[in-house]
Amino acid sequence: MRHDVILRIGVKLILPFILLFALYVHFHGEYGPGGGFQAGVITAGMVIVYAIIFGADAAKRVFPQSVVERLVPLGVLIYASAGLPAMLNDRSFLDYGVLAADPAGGHALGILIIETGVLITVASTMTAIFYAFAGRRRA
Amino acid sequence: METLINAVLLTLLAAITLAIVAQRSLFGVVILAGIYSLLMASVLIVLDAVDVAMTEASVGAGISTVVLLATLHLTKSREYPRPRTVVLPLFVSAVVGAALVWGTWGLPPFGTADAPIHKHTVPRYLAETIRETHVPNVVTSVLGDYRGYDTLGETTVIFTAGIGVMLLLRGRRRKQDGDERGEQP
Repeated sequence: MRHDVILRIGVKLILPFILLFALYVHFHGEYGPGGGFQAGVITAGMVIVYAIIFGADAAKRVFPQSVVERLVPLGVLIYASAGLPAMLNDRSFLDYGVLAADPAGGHALGILIIETGVLITVASTMTAIFYAFAGRRRA
Repeated sequence: METLINAVLLTLLAAITLAIVAQRSLFGVVILAGIYSLLMASVLIVLDAVDVAMTEASVGAGISTVVLLATLHLTKSREYPRPRTVVLPLFVSAVVGAALVWGTWGLPPFGTADAPIHKHTVPRYLAETIRETHVPNVVTSVLGDYRGYDTLGETTVIFTAGIGVMLLLRGRRRKQDGDERGEQP
């Protein structure tokens, strides 16, 4: 799609709004529908739309494959480590109450942290799967 | 009005299912499956499950379609001729379908507030979520906090699936064109 001007310009205009919507779905998940998973899929969708229109190589320059693949385990690590402070304070794993002075505030913070972990893992996994397919040649 | 919308959407879903069964070109099947997901997302919006609708639209209609099209690019895009006997598969499908319909007779009527699933822990979550977590969206507080272990497990499943696909698709490619790697210092 090298010469399709309308698609190229249109996609360029839409991309920041897709990312903004993903961030809205993520940070507004405590009040409305959505959360880390949906935000992660929308973020991956943004990368995939960019890759479809401008080519996988252009997308890999912006979101390098090695970085994306390292983010896959990072999200799970962030999630699991949100549960560790509670264990160090003799509470059960994933009890976020200890994360702030006010227990309810700690729970809100903990939910935001684990949702961020989910977002990172989902977005990078979807992007990495797409890169894995795009990187293969026809047999 | 809601009944009418549901009737239209479910009729379209059935029509698309039949079209998928009849379709020989796999490209057409992938596109129809994407449309199926989009209609399914609309059904979920009518059911007030906006979270699930969002997931269905982005994963089912969006990313799966792209990944399936990428797969078609790597393989053949026509289905093999169907096997001669359709009696046994048809019999199995009919029996399983009948068993599922029979199972729905044991369920409480759709949308009833006093169904057992709404009586067990749900009242406690609804009453305590603001006091315990400051999160007004109960779906988020249940997923992230009350059922935090489950969501950790789900995230690990996604992680494992991603690692599996990467191992399968990337590993073989590197073996096939080793010259590409040899160019790098």
